[in-house]
Amino acid sequence: MRGRNPFSLPWSMVTPKHVYLSRRRVLASLLPIPAVAAATQRLEGIRKTGYGQGEKLTPYEAVTGYNNFYEFGTGKEDPARNAKNLRTRPWTVRVEGEVLKPRTFDIDEVLKLAPLEERIYRHRCVEGWSMVVPWIGFPLAELLKKAEPNSNARFVAFESFYDPRQMPQAAWAGIPFPYMEGLRLDEAMHPLTLLVVGLYGEILPNQNGAPLRLIVPWKYGFKGIKSIVRIRLVKNQPPTTWNLANPREYGFYSNVNPQVDHPRWSQAKERRIGELFKRDTLLFNGYGNEVAHLYEGMDLRKYY
Amino acid sequence: MGMAVLRKTLPQMLVSSAFLAPLFLLLYGFFRDSLGPNPVEKITHETGQWTLRLLLATLAVTPLRRCAGMPWLIRFRRTLGLLAFFYGLLHLLTYVWLDQFFDWKAMGRDILKRRFITAGMMSFLAMVPLALTSTRGWIVRLGGKGWQRLHRLVYLAAAAGVVHFWWLVKSDIREPALYGAVLALLMLARLKKKGRQAPRAPVSTSGSG
Ligand code: HEM
Repeated sequence: MRGRNPFSLPWSMVTPKHVYLSRRRVLASLLPIPAVAAATQRLEGIRKTGYGQGEKLTPYEAVTGYNNFYEFGTGKEDPARNAKNLRTRPWTVRVEGEVLKPRTFDIDEVLKLAPLEERIYRHRCVEGWSMVVPWIGFPLAELLKKAEPNSNARFVAFESFYDPRQMPQAAWAGIPFPYMEGLRLDEAMHPLTLLVVGLYGEILPNQNGAPLRLIVPWKYGFKGIKSIVRIRLVKNQPPTTWNLANPREYGFYSNVNPQVDHPRWSQAKERRIGELFKRDTLLFNGYGNEVAHLYEGMDLRKYY
Repeated sequence: MGMAVLRKTLPQMLVSSAFLAPLFLLLYGFFRDSLGPNPVEKITHETGQWTLRLLLATLAVTPLRRCAGMPWLIRFRRTLGLLAFFYGLLHLLTYVWLDQFFDWKAMGRDILKRRFITAGMMSFLAMVPLALTSTRGWIVRLGGKGWQRLHRLVYLAAAAGVVHFWWLVKSDIREPALYGAVLALLMLARLKKKGRQAPRAPVSTSGSG
């Protein structure tokens, strides 16, 4: 039974974002504060889309204050604290491997590569919590097409930025870096698969994987690699970080599936951040209509 | 309550109040909605950590009393042990109510299937008889030796607690490793003390013979 819970307290009863931002602007004009504004820079000309209509957004403070980004520490509040000084300019992304036109893109070029859209997606972490986030970006396919994958390309391998000097906490994470993720080419080219450059109307905050990250809404959150510097199209299934760390617990596919438990905890339910009691987890995180055909004939217990 | 009784129990009451502060902070935070984006996780983690800390504190009493010359510490052993049990109970209650919402079937599966939950349950169950027999009446009823034998379960509770924590972390083992190291140290202090006592016995017999 899950009614409206009586303890539900308004996490959102905080100063509205535009108010505190305008306060900050006033302060900034009075004080000689260097422009750290890059972290909260608005993105202009974003096209709204119909994704996620009717979903209640997870408050900005939770989306940017409760993160898994192990390069900056393993606590949920660590990334917001420790990623502040991550240098996101200059930044380039190399697209290479089984492509006709290997290329290095400057991040500012990527931002203009395709029209930016806002898409409200459900985000389900493998740990059993979830959020609803208004991401900003464009389909990964747009970037991949620019490099023209050849006929050998069957998988896509992604790599995160790693700099031990900017990420001293990474030494204690217990997983190897740089972080690596991967998708099958058809998953990567799927229109739901998003290359994300922002959220809540602004440039992606560092703790959320600035300046460029992946979001694959029907898979567990860790598939959404952050701070991407390299994308390689490859013939064979590439190694991925959590799968290397613990192959029994984290599969290559990692599609959200309430029937396939993580060995150490159930995946049947999830706690939506901001709600006290758990709700049922949906197969493919509720995106089955769009993506189930990708896995037709596959045993999802075997290919977890 | 007479003055004498108050003077005797005041230190224990002070220690109890101090260690109940974390609970009041949690309750305050819960109703102020200031426990962060995932309050249930926060409560689970805080109560779990305090259970383990208090268990280790209980285990530290004897070595500290003997090695560090603080005999008066013994007065607090029962208080610390009961506080550990109390936080364990809150931790379990958080799981049963806020985490699983009385879904007994799911919890049954959890206990059998998830070894970290099995270990946690074992740790908690080991503490139950200790809490129940913590009164002077039970010491008399069981006899000093019997009571002591029963209360060795505290080692099981602490070890299972550390294992529970170790098994639940995803990859960063620093915290459970720290608790494990403290437990190992406390056990070592006991062994060392026993080792020192052993040769003493023959000396005294030869002296009397
Ligand atoms: C009664 C049975 C128990 C159950 C069902 C239980 C369940 C849990 C659960 C669900 C978590 C959170 C796991 C996660 O966040 O992934 C947890 C964490 C924890 N539990 Fe227990 N537990 C039990 C007993 C105990 C006992 C007796 C102790 C201490 C001796 C303990 C110490 C801890 C600690 C230290 C943590 C981790 C705190 C952190 O990550 O900061 N638990 N437990």
